[in-house]
Amino acid sequence: MADILVVAEVAEGKLKKTTHSAVTFARTASAALGGTYSILVMGDAVSDAAAEAASLGAAKVITVEDASLKIYLAERFAPTVAAIGKGFAVVVGTASAFGKDLLPRVAGRLASGYAADITEVIASGDKLTYKRPMFAGNAFGMATIATPIHVVSVRQSAFSATEPAGTSPIEKGAFTAPTGNAHGRVELLSLEQVKSERPELAEARVVVSGGRALKEKFSEVLDPLCDVLGAALGASRAACDAGYAPSDLQVGQTGKVVAPSLYFAIGISGAIQHLAGMKGSKVIVAINKDGDAPIFQVADYGLVADLFPSVPELVKQIKAVKAG
Amino acid sequence: MKILVPLKRVADPDNANKVKIPAAGDKIETTGLEWKPNPFDEYALEAALRLTENGQTPKVRAGEVVVVTFGPKETEQTLRAALATGADRAIRIDTTDDKLDGDLVARALAALIEKEKPDVVVMGKQAVDGDSNQVGQILAELLDWPMATFAATIKEEAGALVVSREVDGGVATMRVKLPAIVTVDLRIVAPTSVYSTKTAATFKYNDGVRFAALPAIMAAKKKLLVEIKLADLAADQALKVEYKAFQAPPARKAGIKVKDVTELVTRLKNEAKVL
Repeated sequence: MADILVVAEVAEGKLKKTTHSAVTFARTASAALGGTYSILVMGDAVSDAAAEAASLGAAKVITVEDASLKIYLAERFAPTVAAIGKGFAVVVGTASAFGKDLLPRVAGRLASGYAADITEVIASGDKLTYKRPMFAGNAFGMATIATPIHVVSVRQSAFSATEPAGTSPIEKGAFTAPTGNAHGRVELLSLEQVKSERPELAEARVVVSGGRALKEKFSEVLDPLCDVLGAALGASRAACDAGYAPSDLQVGQTGKVVAPSLYFAIGISGAIQHLAGMKGSKVIVAINKDGDAPIFQVADYGLVADLFPSVPELVKQIKAVKAG
Repeated sequence: MKILVPLKRVADPDNANKVKIPAAGDKIETTGLEWKPNPFDEYALEAALRLTENGQTPKVRAGEVVVVTFGPKETEQTLRAALATGADRAIRIDTTDDKLDGDLVARALAALIEKEKPDVVVMGKQAVDGDSNQVGQILAELLDWPMATFAATIKEEAGALVVSREVDGGVATMRVKLPAIVTVDLRIVAPTSVYSTKTAATFKYNDGVRFAALPAIMAAKKKLLVEIKLADLAADQALKVEYKAFQAPPARKAGIKVKDVTELVTRLKNEAKVL
C-alpha cells in the first residue's frame, strides 16, 4: 500500500488552485512509490469541485457531502479526513491557511508524524524524505516520518500547479460525523473575504511588495506598478504593522511565501523574516534609498534611489516597453 | 480564568542567517547565538496577561497564568523572565532539547493539562526555529478541544472567546467555548487586539509586549517554579518525525546596482527577459 490521498481545498463550491500543488506532490511521490493518488473533496455540495478535481490525473476522486461541511471548521473536517486517510500511506494538502489549520489536527487524530510546509520530496526505494525550510529559510531539514501514515503539507510556491490530465472516476466516500466535544464548542461567526481583481500572492507571476517607507502612499504609488505588470501586491511586516497595508498581504516567514518570476521590493530594507518569504523568486528587483540595506544582498537588480519619483518613472517606462 | 502558556526558547531569530550547518550535514549549529524566547510565545504570554486583567490595572491578575517549557535546567531562565513579566507560576518539563518533536510535546502538554485543568491554552502559532506550526492543532485534537489558530484578536465573553483569525484573503471570526486552544499571530499584541471582560472597550494597550520592571524581576525569583520529568507525562518518548540531515539553502548572489530607472527597465527587458 503506497497510495496518496490529496485533501482538496474548496471555496464556494469550487476547487481552489492551492489543491494543484498538493496534486503535483502526489504525482511525484506516488510515481516513486509505485502507487496511485486520490483526491478527497469535501463540502455540502461539491459536484463542481469534484468535476474539476477529476481532471487532475487521480486514480479516483472521493467526494464527501454533508450539510455540516458547508463551512470549513477543522473540528468537523478532521474526523472524515482521518477516517478516509487511514487507507493511504500519505495524506497531503497544501500549506495554505486551510491546510496549516487542518492537517496537524488530522495528524494528531491518526497518531501520525506531520511534515509541514515542505519544498521537496525525495524518494529512495519506498522511503520518502521531506525537505523543509527551517530557521526562516536559513536551513533545510530532511525530515523522515516513522509512523505508517505520513501527514504532509506542501509549500504552494515550491510545487507548480498540475496541468489537467485525463478523467478520474468520482465516487462517494463516507462522512464520519464528529463525536466528542470539540465540534459542538466552535462556531464560525463571520468570514470576511476581501475581493481583489489582482492575482493571488502565492500564485502570481509578478509580485510588487512595499515597505514602511511608502507610508500612507502605499496604494497610490504601488497600484499603478501592479496594474502595468499584472502583479499581485505584497507588503513587508513593517508596512502591515504600521497599518499601511492589510495584514493578509504580508510576505515573509510568518506571512505568505512567494516565488514569482519577478519580485519587486520597494522601500523594503530586507529583514531576515522578509527574505524568508521571497528569496526563492527568480529575479529580484530592489529600490531603496539606503544603499546598505540588506535587500541589496539578494537583489539581482538594485536601484539606490528615492522610490517616490522612481516608481512612477518605472511605471511610465514599463508601459512604453509593453506598448511596443 | 486560568491560562496555560507554553514557551520555547529559540536561537536568536534576528540572527537566523548565522545558523551553520557543519560539513557532515548532521545537525544545525547555533553556537554563538543567544537564546531568546520564541517571539510568538512572547505574544501568547502578552495575550494571556491581557485576558487575565483589567487593562487599567495590569499589576492585578484576575485568574492565573501558568507558563511551561521543555528543556534542561538552563531553560528556567526563559520561565523566570516570563514570571517577571507577570506570569504567576512556572513548570519546567525536564528533557534535552533534541529529543523532542511536535507530537511528543503535544502529548506531554495534554497530560499536563489533565492535571492543571486550565480554561485556555494560549500559545504561539509556530516556533521560529522549526517553523512547523503544529503543536496547538495536535494538542487540540488530543484533548478534544475546539481551537482557533493564527489569532489576530481575542475578546473574552462569559465561558467563551471570540477570536478573529487571519486566513487567506480575509478574516474568519469564530467563537470557541472554553476550554479551548488559541494559537496567536503577530498582530495579537496590537493596542486593541485583546480584551478581557474586565477591560473597558475604550481602553488601548501599548503596542507590543510589556517588559518586566526591576522589582518584578526580583519578585519573580520567589515565584513557584516546579520541575516535572518528561517521563512522568509521556511514557512513550519515541519520535514520529526525525531530522537526520540538514542542508544550507543555495546562496543567492548579490546582483548589480543599476544607475537609474532606464537602465533597470532595459536590463529587465533584454537581460532578464521578464518584461
